[in-house]
Amino acid sequence: MIVAALHKKLWSSEGEMNLEVEFSLEKGDFLTLYGPSGAGKTSILRMLAGLLNPEAGSIKVDGKTWFDANTKTNLPPQKRKLGFLFQDYALFPNMTVGQNLCFALSKGQNAQIVEELLDIMELRAMTDRKPDLLSGGQKQRVALARALVPQPEILLLDEPLSALDGEMRSRLQDFILEAHQRFNLTTVLVSHDVGEILKMSDTMLVLYEGKILKRSTPADFFSNKAVSGKFQFTGEILDITQQDFIFVISVLIGKNLVKVVADESDIRNLKIGDKVLVASKAFNPMIQKL
Amino acid sequence: MIDWAPLILTFKLAIITTLLLLCIAIPLAYWLANSKKRIKPVIETLVSMPLVLPPTVLGFYLLIAFSPANGFGQWLNENLGLQLVFSFEGLVFASIIYSLPFMVHPIQSGFANLPTSIREASYLLGKSRFTTLWRVLLPNMKPALLTGIVLSFAHTIGEFGVVLMIGGNIPGETKVASITIYDEVEALNYGTANTYSIVLFVITFLILLTVYLVNGGYLKQFWK
Repeated sequence: MIVAALHKKLWSSEGEMNLEVEFSLEKGDFLTLYGPSGAGKTSILRMLAGLLNPEAGSIKVDGKTWFDANTKTNLPPQKRKLGFLFQDYALFPNMTVGQNLCFALSKGQNAQIVEELLDIMELRAMTDRKPDLLSGGQKQRVALARALVPQPEILLLDEPLSALDGEMRSRLQDFILEAHQRFNLTTVLVSHDVGEILKMSDTMLVLYEGKILKRSTPADFFSNKAVSGKFQFTGEILDITQQDFIFVISVLIGKNLVKVVADESDIRNLKIGDKVLVASKAFNPMIQKL
Repeated sequence: MIDWAPLILTFKLAIITTLLLLCIAIPLAYWLANSKKRIKPVIETLVSMPLVLPPTVLGFYLLIAFSPANGFGQWLNENLGLQLVFSFEGLVFASIIYSLPFMVHPIQSGFANLPTSIREASYLLGKSRFTTLWRVLLPNMKPALLTGIVLSFAHTIGEFGVVLMIGGNIPGETKVASITIYDEVEALNYGTANTYSIVLFVITFLILLTVYLVNGGYLKQFWK
């Protein structure tokens, strides 16, 4: 139902990069775009939305051409009928929660949908509040509700939960999944969070420097990569320091900082900011009541 | 008792100039904040010129351009019935140019400081550029609009050189307060000059104070 071929030269922090991707999606799919920062995930989403123009290629949705570089077709974002969630929520600060939702109504649309969404997203109690007075999780629920008011068939999510902490994140994932199923949406999510991807999506595209490395199910992708260890966690390298002959790598796993000892050959292809798997095989973990 | 006409004229000029400027500056500032055209730096420079140019230079060229002895001035006079030299209309026109940066700059940075995502969100909800501007962008930059309005208003009140060059000194038509003060001093009527000066001083002080109070959020506690 969505067929996209996108080409564009982009400038990332590491220099010039050619974004060149082709993919298709069926109605009702939940697709995640996964890859390091600067791989082009957000750019792909913005091209689908019409906020960024590809240099070449085409986007077809349900047989209708949204974009075609050859025929110079380019449907403006207003006409693409899709929902988009931004990282910074993008709520209108001058309007209350209710007004934010009502603003999204198109001319002549029945306002019943607003009432329905206020209930589904559990926003009833805060209808008259301005966005400034809401927590991050509440804001994103408002943004989700507002994106659904025009009854789109496609929902695009640009790391919408990255600013939220664990519990709130998990609750919002449930809200998004519910919306996805209830409104029969086709959803594309940009995410770094392995748990989130496994929970939410049924397909993922792994991107690297503007190319699709792999298309697979999240379960396949993340389990193939794993080592068979008793204990394994994914985390991010915050620091690498040398102490005499060894290196100490500080890894942030969840909210905990873990130090791992490594030798020179280990750190050769590691750098600060890398996502790593920390696993332990030989030791028995100890457990102690706190 | 002083003659109030110059003060009334001053405020009439300032109000009309500010209103017209607002209509001109919003689209101009919107364009400047979003355009990537090559001509943009040139336009930005022209808008800022009145900040650095002596008012007399501006007044001089406007005087030349609008002079009925001149092609353009003659055309205006014959086709539109506008005589811009030594007339109130001319003062309004000159004031608009002279105060342009004071209106455009705050509004332009107001646009630039809004997160792009709220504009994009509005587009994605199917809203046109105009609806987005009117209902989303402008209501979220009220401090910038207020700053622009007040600075232009106050700056027009404080105008002297341009008015003197293009407006002259016609009572009730172009004789604004700042000119009157100069006149009175020349005539050694220090008392009258002092009265006009105090009125201008107090009014401009109060106007600017209001902006700082409103934009600094000091007044929020009273009307919440």
